[in-house]
Amino acid sequence: MNGIHDIGGMDGFGPVIREENEPVFHADWERRIYPLSLLTLRQLGVSADEFRHSIERMPPARYLTSSYYERWIAAVETLLLEHGVVTREEFRAALGDEGAGAIAKPAEGPPATSGARSKAPRARFKRGDRVRARNLNPPGHTRLPRYARGKAGVVVRDWGVFVFPDTNAHQAGARPQHCYAVEFDARELWGKPTSAKERVSVDLWEDYLESAATTGPKKGGKR
Amino acid sequence: MSRNHDAVESGPAARVRALEELLARKGLVDSDSIDKLADTYERKVGPRNGARMVARAWTDAAYKKRLLADATAAATEMGFSGPEGGHLVAVENTDRVHNLIVCTLCSCYPWTVLGLPPVWYKSFAYRSHAVSDPRGVMRDFGLTLPDNVEVRVWDSSAEIRYLVLPKRPRGTDGLSEGELADLVTRDAMVGVAEVASPLRTGSRRSQA
Repeated sequence: MNGIHDIGGMDGFGPVIREENEPVFHADWERRIYPLSLLTLRQLGVSADEFRHSIERMPPARYLTSSYYERWIAAVETLLLEHGVVTREEFRAALGDEGAGAIAKPAEGPPATSGARSKAPRARFKRGDRVRARNLNPPGHTRLPRYARGKAGVVVRDWGVFVFPDTNAHQAGARPQHCYAVEFDARELWGKPTSAKERVSVDLWEDYLESAATTGPKKGGKR
Repeated sequence: MSRNHDAVESGPAARVRALEELLARKGLVDSDSIDKLADTYERKVGPRNGARMVARAWTDAAYKKRLLADATAAATEMGFSGPEGGHLVAVENTDRVHNLIVCTLCSCYPWTVLGLPPVWYKSFAYRSHAVSDPRGVMRDFGLTLPDNVEVRVWDSSAEIRYLVLPKRPRGTDGLSEGELADLVTRDAMVGVAEVASPLRTGSRRSQA
């Protein structure tokens, strides 16, 4: 989904402010929600992908006005409701409202795929290949940031085979596939003329990519 | 905001307490496990782990080679493993290349070697601008890189967790691995800072 979480390249959030001698947790409730969340996810069998998506489905205004650990509270509430562990009535009795799950955008995953895919799929791309991030806008979870969509880059590393978050977050199959570090020139991403060299590497699954090899004779010949 | 809460919790504190009680009643979590896990990240897992790896890489060429080839194994051999540390990659800063780590979509971070991320790493300001204006973000931290140094930003959009291997500062030739580890900061291992030379700090101090 094109959610509020996908903020790479946005402006207006001000300078980065560093806190001197920052504690690991800033309040006792932060110290408790962090492990409570991890333990709950483990108990419910929730993947990191599904957890991230439960945060992404928060109402955008609420996402922006919540702190990091407040977003974790919302995620846990949403998952508890959706996994049928806590009902809206139980939430109302305990919290005074129906919990964050009552106002979260419902998950819209892709259709489930069969488990027929190979556990060790072959890599379609290799280091040095020119690729383009596809212009995908799925309604569910994705790890293809908007700022990279439609942009051309170069594969710099093949990280090996990983479960595909777009399906895995929705329990629609693991679809294991190669994931690559794809390097984009800052000028390609932001269109700004810069004399200084800047590159952004984004880790992208194979299904996010298409070949951007120039037509005609292959350049080089390096294998 | 009322001026006196009379010790009555409100907002997230009250909510987390109510959630914990609800889940404890259902037998899903217990306070001992919560305490134990919180304790791990408060006391055991932190940037000291990464600093020790960096210091070893600076003093042991074979370890540095292993770190750059397979940072997960290099962390494991020093006893650092766990969640958000299963696919570690170390990226090396040189005189020509400076690396910066971010997660624009959430706040992915190499927990096993750096601990839990600081608030600024999770902030919208950092997540949004680290990819589009990395030099500006570094200036927010007081680091101005010359234009001829290439900046490489790594957006942790998948399961790879990055660790920057900073440049070893001048004036550290005689220092032991432990003394070097003391110099290495979390910020330098994310890439928003360089490791300061003890010489420079010394001279600055003497001016103060």
